[in-house]
Amino acid sequence: MRSLIDILELSTEEIDELVDVGTKIIANPAAYAHKCDGKILATLFFEPSTRTRLSFESAMLSLGGQVLGFSEASSSSAAKGESVADTVRTVSCYSDIIAMRHPKEGAPLVASQHSLVPVINAGDGGHNHPTQTLTDLLTIHHEKGRFENLTVGFCGDLKFGRTVHSLISAMSRYAGTKIVLISPEELKLPSYVKKEVLQKNGIPYTQTTDLEAVMPELDILYMTRVQRERFFNEEDYLRLKDSYILTPDKLQNAKADLSILHPLPRVNEISVAVDQDPRAAYFRQVRYGRYIRMALIMKLLDIQ
Amino acid sequence: MTIDSIKNGIVIDHIAAGKAMELYNILGLGELDCSVAILKNVTSGKLGKKDIIKIDTILDLDWDVIGYVDPNITVNIIKDGQRLEKRQLKLPEKITGVLRCKNPRCITSVEQELPQVFKLTDRDRRVYRCLYCETQAGK
Repeated sequence: MRSLIDILELSTEEIDELVDVGTKIIANPAAYAHKCDGKILATLFFEPSTRTRLSFESAMLSLGGQVLGFSEASSSSAAKGESVADTVRTVSCYSDIIAMRHPKEGAPLVASQHSLVPVINAGDGGHNHPTQTLTDLLTIHHEKGRFENLTVGFCGDLKFGRTVHSLISAMSRYAGTKIVLISPEELKLPSYVKKEVLQKNGIPYTQTTDLEAVMPELDILYMTRVQRERFFNEEDYLRLKDSYILTPDKLQNAKADLSILHPLPRVNEISVAVDQDPRAAYFRQVRYGRYIRMALIMKLLDIQ
Repeated sequence: MTIDSIKNGIVIDHIAAGKAMELYNILGLGELDCSVAILKNVTSGKLGKKDIIKIDTILDLDWDVIGYVDPNITVNIIKDGQRLEKRQLKLPEKITGVLRCKNPRCITSVEQELPQVFKLTDRDRRVYRCLYCETQAGK
């Protein structure tokens, strides 16, 4: 039995395999409509989320399975003080696979240590969010046709943005990756990610505060939201939240085949005027999220 | 200064000078009934100065904890006046129950019965990170 807590638990071969299955599902979803007949997915969301929870539920329903769960801690026995381990011991008796989101970092790992069924980390605080990274990877592969030799720009909150850290780790395993880090001083990528991921893998990277200056280099622009919930101090949030707003003007010098990604939800960091630009891939990205989760559920349930 | 050699016991040797008390406390040697000698600033050909701990009984020690405190330590187990075993230590891959995670966002901050486990992520720089949230030890 295998869980997925951190994207790096998957080898590049396994990621290729998931991307391949995801692509086949996109081409012929009907062929997968009964792959999980009789199986139950439990979605344990101790922290609110629209997109990720619905994406998991849609994925399981699209495979013919069923779903149960809760969407906030107050409607679970966690509100009575039950531990993660006990909650999961119980829920794993009712389900075949679990997707868990929790505000505390490491909670899904604890769950996987006590669960009778596979656990998928659906986001643990500011830490890991492997299925978002799988979504990003499927999007990149569909938009670009490859993972190798891409220059990927990350813009916005690179300090607390868990999706950024995970995608940088995942892309660092591909040949020819170049990383461009665009953020205000206060939200720079943590030095341990630079040391233990970029430098360790010999990935060339540059840091800047000027998005427009680096725009012509980019094959992928990964925009992020400055997340209110990651700040202890409201003042800091208000000061930094509008640091980067992507508008059509700023895209003038961008490559014609640039792909703009965003894990969503956006607040105002991408102007709605950009939505019409064919380079805006973020709503296609949402769609890919459902298919890659279908592929992942099948893999963890050992269904061919 | 001389300390009697031991017949049955453990000699923890080549402890970096000044680290003996830390090791004594972490290993809980103060709770033992037998004699325990701490020698500080002993002249050493290899280290210049070193600390030594002699324990007058053979007991199970947590090798990982000793390796974490100082991977250059050697442990000699003495039986009937003869050295039964000499153990060279190294930095352990994982260490449990020694360090505490200080990240307020970590699951261990709210579920305090969870074991505090740290894993070695950079052997050259001796970096340990919390197993759950990956926060660096001491940060």
